Amino acid sequence: MIKFFLMVNKQGQTRLSRYYEHMEIRKRTMLEAEVIKNCLSRSKDQCSFIEYKDFKLVYRQYAALFVVVGINETENEMAVYELIHNFVEVLDKYFSRVDCSHNVSSDNEEWNLIPAAQECTVKFTSIVFI
Amino acid sequence: MALTIVSQIFPREMIPAVLPLIEDKLQHSKEIIRRKAVQALYKFYLIAPNQVQHIHDKFQKALCDRDVGVMAASLHIYLQMAKENAAGYKDLTGSFVTILKQVVGGKLPIDFNYHSVPAPWLQIQLLRILGLLGKDDPRTSELMYDVLDESLRRAEINHNITYAILFECVQTIYAIHPKSELLEKAAKCIGKFVLSSKINLKYLGLKALTYVIQQDPNLALQHQMTIIECLDHPDPIIKRETLELLYRITNGQNVIVIVQKMLDYLKQSKEEYTIISLVGKIAELAEKYAPDNEWFIQTMNAVFSVGGDVAYPDIPNNFLRLLAEGFDDGKEDEQLRLYAVQSYLALLEEEDAFYPQKFLQVMSWVLGEYSSLVTDVDPEIILTRLHRLLKKTFVTSETKAWIMAAVTKIASRTSCSKTVDKLIQEFSTSLDTCMRQYAFELKHLCEDKVLMRSLLPFDASCNDIVVDASLSFLDGFVAEGLGHGAAPYKPHHQRQEEKLSQEKALNFEPYGLSFASSMSPSGFAGRQSPTGLSFGSDTSGNSAETGHKETNSLKLDGVKKLWGKEGYLPKKENRTGKEGEPLTVPCSSSLLAGHVADPPVSHSDQVASLSEEEKEKQQLASTLFVGLGSNAGVSLMGKGDMATQKFRRKSKINETQNYEEASDIQNSTASSLVPLLDTLPSSKEGHERDEHTRLRKASLCSSDTWEDNSALGKPQSLKKPELDNKLSDSRLSSSSLFADSNIEIFHPSPSAQCESASKTLLTPSLPGELAELPHSEVVELCQSDDLALHLCKVWTNDSLLLIMFVSNKNTSALNAVNLMFEKAEHFQILESPAYHFAVIEAQSVEHCQQCVQMDKICTQGILSGSINYQSEMETRLEFSVILSLLDFIRPMEMTTEDFGKLWLSLSNDVKQNLKMSSSQDSFSAALNTLQQKLKLHIVDIIGNEGILACQLLPSVPCLLHCRIHAGMLALWFRSPCSALPDSLLYQCQKVMEES
Repeated sequence: MIKFFLMVNKQGQTRLSRYYEHMEIRKRTMLEAEVIKNCLSRSKDQCSFIEYKDFKLVYRQYAALFVVVGINETENEMAVYELIHNFVEVLDKYFSRVDCSHNVSSDNEEWNLIPAAQECTVKFTSIVFI
Repeated sequence: MALTIVSQIFPREMIPAVLPLIEDKLQHSKEIIRRKAVQALYKFYLIAPNQVQHIHDKFQKALCDRDVGVMAASLHIYLQMAKENAAGYKDLTGSFVTILKQVVGGKLPIDFNYHSVPAPWLQIQLLRILGLLGKDDPRTSELMYDVLDESLRRAEINHNITYAILFECVQTIYAIHPKSELLEKAAKCIGKFVLSSKINLKYLGLKALTYVIQQDPNLALQHQMTIIECLDHPDPIIKRETLELLYRITNGQNVIVIVQKMLDYLKQSKEEYTIISLVGKIAELAEKYAPDNEWFIQTMNAVFSVGGDVAYPDIPNNFLRLLAEGFDDGKEDEQLRLYAVQSYLALLEEEDAFYPQKFLQVMSWVLGEYSSLVTDVDPEIILTRLHRLLKKTFVTSETKAWIMAAVTKIASRTSCSKTVDKLIQEFSTSLDTCMRQYAFELKHLCEDKVLMRSLLPFDASCNDIVVDASLSFLDGFVAEGLGHGAAPYKPHHQRQEEKLSQEKALNFEPYGLSFASSMSPSGFAGRQSPTGLSFGSDTSGNSAETGHKETNSLKLDGVKKLWGKEGYLPKKENRTGKEGEPLTVPCSSSLLAGHVADPPVSHSDQVASLSEEEKEKQQLASTLFVGLGSNAGVSLMGKGDMATQKFRRKSKINETQNYEEASDIQNSTASSLVPLLDTLPSSKEGHERDEHTRLRKASLCSSDTWEDNSALGKPQSLKKPELDNKLSDSRLSSSSLFADSNIEIFHPSPSAQCESASKTLLTPSLPGELAELPHSEVVELCQSDDLALHLCKVWTNDSLLLIMFVSNKNTSALNAVNLMFEKAEHFQILESPAYHFAVIEAQSVEHCQQCVQMDKICTQGILSGSINYQSEMETRLEFSVILSLLDFIRPMEMTTEDFGKLWLSLSNDVKQNLKMSSSQDSFSAALNTLQQKLKLHIVDIIGNEGILACQLLPSVPCLLHCRIHAGMLALWFRSPCSALPDSLLYQCQKVMEES
């Protein structure tokens, strides 16, 4: 089960977030801050899976952008790892060259983007987001 | 878009309102809409599984959808459902395997490829489902071997995603029934992972290894070196995973090294969550495998000093209990305690050391309890150290209470101490009431040393220590309890009790007394309680009582068992005798019994006069009572139960009496049978008793059983035609009884039975009295070369009986046949779930019956079990029985007023509109279908509204209000149980769709 999906830049600003389980807004910001701190503290040659509290984080870095997915015990880390890549590929295709070094999208676009991206992820692979 | 939103934000209560709309969308022509609908339903399933139960077959349709997306979406639902109940979806294994084969074989549109791997996430999903389905089930696993092999082979391209698939494959292979070839391949895969230079893969490999190691520890040996390397890996995550792996393979020999590694990691880690889980694991390992005392104490010290305050409270508790209770060896205990005291003293010597509160508490307890074991240290020194602790600011008041308790204990053993006096002075003026209380207590105690010693008896003998432990535990907690005494939510009387106990504590004498009586068993219970003292004495009183009760019930059990053994044989003999002629007298007599006795008094009389073997028959009789006794059904049933219980106690007396009377009754048998129909009450009793004697005789002289049976059977069978003629009336009325409630009845036609009997001996048929009741057809559950198992469900008015027939197909007798039901989530088997046949004769059929109740409501559930027997070797057959909710639903008769009252008192309601098909255009026709198919009772029909009632056995009512409106049937259920209306609604929908 995927718990949440985050896109965060190196400065620690959340660019996009999507929660699949209810969580209070205040807690979200706290969680996001901690998650990005965790990810930033790791070097390239370290493993891209982190245990965090009672769930796991799977992250992938694209230039200055981190994509972080929170999953629970039952999920296959590697599959999620690849899913992130797939997601980014799809973004790339749809928005013709997403500039990874910059912000993915403005706030407005943010909310439209995820469903759209979901659609195409689904189209190309299978549904992992529900 | 609307569907997406529905699936994301929908509250539970609104599901029924939109459910039909979404169901319609499942047939939509556009794939994406269908897929979204399935997703929405999945979401609903997660929220409220009961409400979407009725569309399971539609999920199946979705699974077979042309569009892969829709199919994939439905997999999520199946994964979830398989997790909850794997047995229910075994039949779909074939389809899942086919789908996976197609996916792996690249039959999907190219769109679904990801880096030239076909639909990897879909594969993973399927593998997971297969793993769940194939768990411990050789037959289902058989189907999967090929496709698993195929997936392993296909996934040999070097890409991350294929590794993910491989990982899932490995998990599945180890989850299902093992096959050596596949295991080998999987092990090779794991090796590849672990040895890989890519860090992510290594992680995956370790995870797989951790999973696999539980089944096959040898695999760890192969990768020993890699594991050691991983332990020193710079990445803490890898280390963590390796520790997890080590934790699983810990044993007595390697525990020191492994725990050392874990402690190292523990000291480095800062995150609270990791610490908690790690501390728990270390403590568990240390307790389980500790090689010697010294090591154990040191490990626990390390654990407490690092993770003391965040760890679960039961870790220090367990530790203390271990110290207090000790092992088998007294000497070792002493050493352990001695060492503990020494190490704590050493720890406390350091002036400025900071320890977690929990650790301090543990220390002070141990010092207070066992410090006298250390002879070379002056108690004064210990006291000063404790005193110093008390003054520290970081110590919480709870810990202070612990320390004070320790001081009191030590003080009782020293003659006079300056430190104690100083302490008393200091804390008598303390702002903390709890501390002040303690100081005063101590002061009083010090003034009277004799009392103090009797109150805190300590001589280091091991025998007393256990008692002493319970005392001191309570001691500490009394103080705490008093400290918390002002808690506002405590009831008044409890607080008063507490006050009383407080006074007692100052009075000393009752204090000591109550402890003396509470002793060790209640000691540990008492220590959990905030009202320590009073609770302690209470439990002691209670425990004495329960103990008393226990011995009582034990005796009873003994009697019962004896009965069971005795009653067992004759019952079987009796059965076989009866099976030849299915419609013999006993059945009609029990039917008669049902008809006759209206007043419950005579009922219970009759029950009392029956013997244990007759119990089931009597149960049937009592069910008939219920039917006749009209609306007070439930309470009557209750009485029946009580009667049987009473009877059990009496049974022993009955036995002897009956035996004495046996000859008399035998004589009177013939005469009592003649007037059977005229004077029903007496004849019934006579007859019952006659049966009873027969059985009694049979058990007493088992060798003569057959003669006896036939001899006694003769007069009966002579009367039989006569009886049958006259009984036909009563039987008619008995069947009309059921016609009333419209349960489908399979009337066994005598001729048919004769036919089947002549055709083959082995076709099981119901014994007479059961055949009269509504029952299902006899179905085969499983069979082997030696025996076959058949099942027949019998719906009595107050229970569901499963009649299991075991037929021996061999030419020789089968010995020691055991029938066992496994524990099921939803069902409960009354009496024992096992049944034992000592011998089943060649070519014959034996049967037994089990009464089943539904514990948790579900529309359909599976009760599985196994039968094993001894032929040439021990053989075991597994079977499963599908039980549906309808098996447990019975009509509930009531008046319209009662309905009204009950309706208002029930809270859980569910409403739903159903479309009426053309065939059931009239309202009454629709109601009739409900009545017939669902065993509902129509209470009243007024215009276009109707009310129906039914009950889930044993006595959960469910009321239904229906109204017809413009071709729609509006159903409104109410019941005290929340899941029942949902499930019934599903049944209604099914029934209405079918008709």
